[in-house]
Amino acid sequence: MPASQDKAQHIRVENLTMAYGDFLIQKDLDFTVRRGDVFIIMGGSGCGKSTLLKIMIGLKSPAVGEVYYDGDPFWRSGADHQENLKRSFGILFQSGALFSSMTLAENIGLPMQLYTDMSAGEIRENAALKLSLVGLKGFEDYYPNEISGGMKKRAGLARALSLDPNILFFDEPSAGLDPISSRLLDELILELRDALGTTIIVVTHELASIFTIADDCVFLDPDTKTMIAKGDPKELRDSSPNPVVRNFLLRGELTATEQKQQA
Amino acid sequence: MPETTTSDPAQCRCEPADQAVRVTVRGDWLLGGEVPDPGACERILRDHPSAQLELKADALGRWDTTLISFLSRLIDTGEGGPRAFDASALPEGAQGLLRLAYAVGERAGARRTESHENFLTRLGKRALASLEQTREAVAFIGSSTLAFFRFITGRARFQGSEMWLMIQDTGASAFGIVSLISFLVGMILAFVGAVQLSQFGAGIYVANLVGLAMAREMAAMMTGIIMAGRTGAAFAAQLGTMQVNEEIDALSSMGIDPMEFLVVPRMVALMVMMPLLAIYANLMGMLGGLVVGVGMLDLGLFEYVEQTRRSVTLTQINIGVIKAIIFGVLVAVAGCLRGMQCGNSSQAVGMAATSAVVTSIVLIIVADGLFAVILNVLGI
Repeated sequence: MPASQDKAQHIRVENLTMAYGDFLIQKDLDFTVRRGDVFIIMGGSGCGKSTLLKIMIGLKSPAVGEVYYDGDPFWRSGADHQENLKRSFGILFQSGALFSSMTLAENIGLPMQLYTDMSAGEIRENAALKLSLVGLKGFEDYYPNEISGGMKKRAGLARALSLDPNILFFDEPSAGLDPISSRLLDELILELRDALGTTIIVVTHELASIFTIADDCVFLDPDTKTMIAKGDPKELRDSSPNPVVRNFLLRGELTATEQKQQA
Repeated sequence: MPETTTSDPAQCRCEPADQAVRVTVRGDWLLGGEVPDPGACERILRDHPSAQLELKADALGRWDTTLISFLSRLIDTGEGGPRAFDASALPEGAQGLLRLAYAVGERAGARRTESHENFLTRLGKRALASLEQTREAVAFIGSSTLAFFRFITGRARFQGSEMWLMIQDTGASAFGIVSLISFLVGMILAFVGAVQLSQFGAGIYVANLVGLAMAREMAAMMTGIIMAGRTGAAFAAQLGTMQVNEEIDALSSMGIDPMEFLVVPRMVALMVMMPLLAIYANLMGMLGGLVVGVGMLDLGLFEYVEQTRRSVTLTQINIGVIKAIIFGVLVAVAGCLRGMQCGNSSQAVGMAATSAVVTSIVLIIVADGLFAVILNVLGI
């Protein structure tokens, strides 16, 4: 099988070190993401999850190391190749990051308008379809400031789906959502994966969501500044040799029991 | 009679007792109430640096976090962080709060210490910071120039509709304020000239003065300054807010260069509209001069117009128009640069807008000075 078709090596992060100037955030990150998986990047607040995401989508360059997509390096290749790769990504930002001067349909249509030969009518039709996929049928002509936070997030997802991406990135999708919307979003993520075969990478620390959607994960530790676990989060919760990881996945149950025993 | 709550004043007794220091508190410890001076206690504690603290309550009345804050001040007195304490004799709530306050130790390096840097260090840091800023500005000018060339060669990706919106916003919407300001500037110039020139019976030369000053200098400069305050600030605030809202990140992650998509349309809009506004400002300024000349100096209407036509040549008008184009670029670059440099807080957006206006006005005046020198050397 040629390297580009290798299912197990869809995305590979190799020997990655991230830093802001002299301030080290994470070092020695090595992991692979399989095609079609829902892959979670997790860890306590401030461990560098979002920074890792920024490096993977090409917004921030790594201090050391490389990210490979189907065997091709991202950071070492030229601007044209990077741009092509970027076009195969869909990204949902934490706040939705919708362009506030455009309607929802224009937001979703923008990448199509810039990168395809579709006519205005086709673009609008496709944008309406993407909106209906995320449950916002009929909201084409609303501006982002006219809809609620949860709707903005879903509209952001519709925009991420604009060019039918191969890989979808989510930055804290459940942040600021009520439990029901958050669950609906989880279901939506799984359905999109099953229907479109998209690989999905999610930065989150929402345990309920992690156990519902994850196939695989990597755990970043802010204290040792590197990854300390990788694998299926359910297995990690039950049988990880590292108590920090188990404690995190058990919502601090271990420390709480310890304190009770001491008392 | 209104009900009065009698308050028992807060008291604190501190005494060394073999391996420990005993602190006994009594009375009401309430926010805003009287609190005893901790000085005496602290002196005793400093004499017993390693002693444990034994906290006792004796007839303790009502209390809130005032008590806890007082006690933790005592616990922290001495060297090497908080000392051990025994709070078991305090009310349960107070014990709980003290436990919470000391459950997580202070994170090393978290406290901001006031640094006393000497003058040279500060000077060096400032210099390095301004060097970095200059580097950023040069990089911005470079990449916006590249983006502009891609626009000219038709390879830039941007939305035409956005550019027309910008052109409307910078041009047509600024009509009112440009009319008012340049009309008044023309009148002011005419007044100043009239007072001086009419002493020599040369009142008609007010037309030359107003015409030349507007065409060469004032029309372009006043329009530039109006645009700096109106449009430059708006550019910085728009781009800054987009930065805060992750919209710029979203653009670049789609493979769209924010320089092409956001900066170029704004730059082009100002470059197109500034000269048109400046020509219009010329006309309004000369009209202002005419009103004063005809109304105050009793000059004939046709006489004034004819004098203006003779004195203001096409070269003079061209100088003003070229200046206006340059000023337009400066305002657009300053506004977009400050917007793109904006940090990610609402305060940073405000600062970006302010510094966009300041930067553009400084750039306009400096550029105008350079123009004066160059034109003088060329003898135009």
